[in-house]
Amino acid sequence: MSWANHLVIAPILLPLATGAFLLVFDERRRAFKALVSLFATLALLVVATTLVTFADTAPETGTAANTVYLLGNWVAPFGIVLVLDRLSALMLVLTSVLAIAALTFSLARWHKSGPHFHTLFQFLLMGLNGAFLTGDLFNLFVFFEVFLAASYGLILHGSGSLRVKAGLHYVVINLAGASLFLIGVSLIYGVTGTLNMADLAIRIPMVSADDRMLLEAGAAILGIAFLIKAGMWPLGFWLPTAYSAAAAPVAAIFAMLSKVGIYILLRLSLLLFGADAGASAGFGEPWLLYGGMVTIAFGAIGVLASQAMGRLAGSYVLVSSGTLLAAIGMSNVSLTAGALFYMVSSTLTIAAFFLLIELVERAQDPAADVLAVTMEAYGDDMDEEEEEDEIGVAIPATLVILGICFTGAALLFAGLPPLSGFIAKFAMLTAVFNPEGLGASSGGISLTTWVFGALLILSGLAAMIAMTRAGIRTFWAPIEGTVPRVLVMEFAPVAFLLILCVGLSVQGGKVMAYMDATARSLHDPSSYISDVMSASSLPGPKSVEAK
Amino acid sequence: MELILAIGIGVFVGSGVWLLLRPRTYQVIIGLALIAYGVNLFIFSMGRLQINAAPVLASGSVNPADYTDPIPQALVLTAIVIGFATTALFLVLLLVSRGLTGSDHVDGREPN
Repeated sequence: MSWANHLVIAPILLPLATGAFLLVFDERRRAFKALVSLFATLALLVVATTLVTFADTAPETGTAANTVYLLGNWVAPFGIVLVLDRLSALMLVLTSVLAIAALTFSLARWHKSGPHFHTLFQFLLMGLNGAFLTGDLFNLFVFFEVFLAASYGLILHGSGSLRVKAGLHYVVINLAGASLFLIGVSLIYGVTGTLNMADLAIRIPMVSADDRMLLEAGAAILGIAFLIKAGMWPLGFWLPTAYSAAAAPVAAIFAMLSKVGIYILLRLSLLLFGADAGASAGFGEPWLLYGGMVTIAFGAIGVLASQAMGRLAGSYVLVSSGTLLAAIGMSNVSLTAGALFYMVSSTLTIAAFFLLIELVERAQDPAADVLAVTMEAYGDDMDEEEEEDEIGVAIPATLVILGICFTGAALLFAGLPPLSGFIAKFAMLTAVFNPEGLGASSGGISLTTWVFGALLILSGLAAMIAMTRAGIRTFWAPIEGTVPRVLVMEFAPVAFLLILCVGLSVQGGKVMAYMDATARSLHDPSSYISDVMSASSLPGPKSVEAK
Repeated sequence: MELILAIGIGVFVGSGVWLLLRPRTYQVIIGLALIAYGVNLFIFSMGRLQINAAPVLASGSVNPADYTDPIPQALVLTAIVIGFATTALFLVLLLVSRGLTGSDHVDGREPN
């Protein structure tokens, strides 16, 4: 067992250790805490990128393989496992990239506005990484609760009655969701007698017809718990309010939280109810497809209707979730690849936009702003921070730079060329209209496909209209000489995320090849299952002595 | 035994859901706690009901029918701990909300 295999657990241990370590120190040692947190997150990014190369080409064999880490050195399905494959590695990198951006942004002012910001942030990362790596359902629940508990703290960060109100709803909904999660998990355990995902995939085709109903009920209840997280209509009404009430860096990392639900649905629907699942094959796919399409429509209407930019971004989260859910529901290899690309691109954009909103809205006069929904929360924080020393250099042409970023975000939201949003939508549309591959005659296009294509394009149009309107109001409407004071440190993360999106479109071929490989292995989980089930335990100390 | 347990779970979850839909935060937290009890019992029942049976296997050849399934018991323990922690956290939030808004309504203001 090489060091590479042990690296699999690093994305969980590193944030856990950092978060716990930071608890020891007093809040007044803020600079030190910030530094430790930043270094740990940077290290996490390094680990995650290393893991991507492992997932793409395993070090020993030179070919792609799933790395299985036996936590208690008991073989699956008896022990609990961590599994690293292309999809989980991709999610790890995405998480750490967002974390770097959000954390850097928060260092300018936000991390001062409440206690234990860095600890909660690290615990959130730990929970997210654990959820992406775990190979069994119950640990998924545990990691879910870890990042949810951290997110309860973070959504209240900065306080204010608006946040407490939104946070209260957020907590209640997620606690109820956790109960559904447990019911679903235990029903599945009751029927199959296992919680290991790979073992479940083996046993589900063998479930007897009498028990199948119970199994599917369990899977459906479990699915609802994830759909609440992903924000599918009608389970996602809480999402825009909660996300727009959260502090900017928190909202940015929350963009990842809604993708956890998507990740699990993608993984479980293809692993447990893929083509090999016997009578249950394709279970739940119509629900995801139609539910996803309604979510796109609802989100697009929300985008058009929102007057404050925070709500616009929150509604766009719904559009993004809906698109991904519908794509999962269609269960088509090349569509899944396109959807993965879309997920990366839209998550980066949403995070960048949440950060940007806060910078832009500083320019607006709180008293003049009739829609001062978000301002109410920001107002008192700003008064307090003005007196502090500036850490970086204030940019003179602030509004120009913010405007360029805003335009970039608008292009990404709408899916217009040349940025990665276009490539993502193009890849999905190509896959939808050519399900058998380009050039192959597929004998007509179904109505569902047309509706999905239309929704994809119309949601982009809605985003464009809303962004243009918001942009004109913010940048071209006379602002009584108040230029927001933006530090380089706050602007840099936004630019970093947007430049990554540019990078995604420049390196589109390479990224798409990775997504294709990911989608293929997701749709053919046999190697995942055999890798997990055949992972052998290490010899214990005793047997080493015997040699 | 099965009937009693099933009724118990039903009563817990039923009253929990009813309370969860009430407008006062205190009712909501009690509702969540009751649902958590119901869910914990439900997890427990998924290991099949056995009376007077030890959860841990002895070494050597054993008859599995003599033992109860230990996994749901472990799961229930974890679920209880997590549920307790999150309920405590919610309790704090409830008090903060009461203090900030002056109302114990879940929307932070009294309906007109």
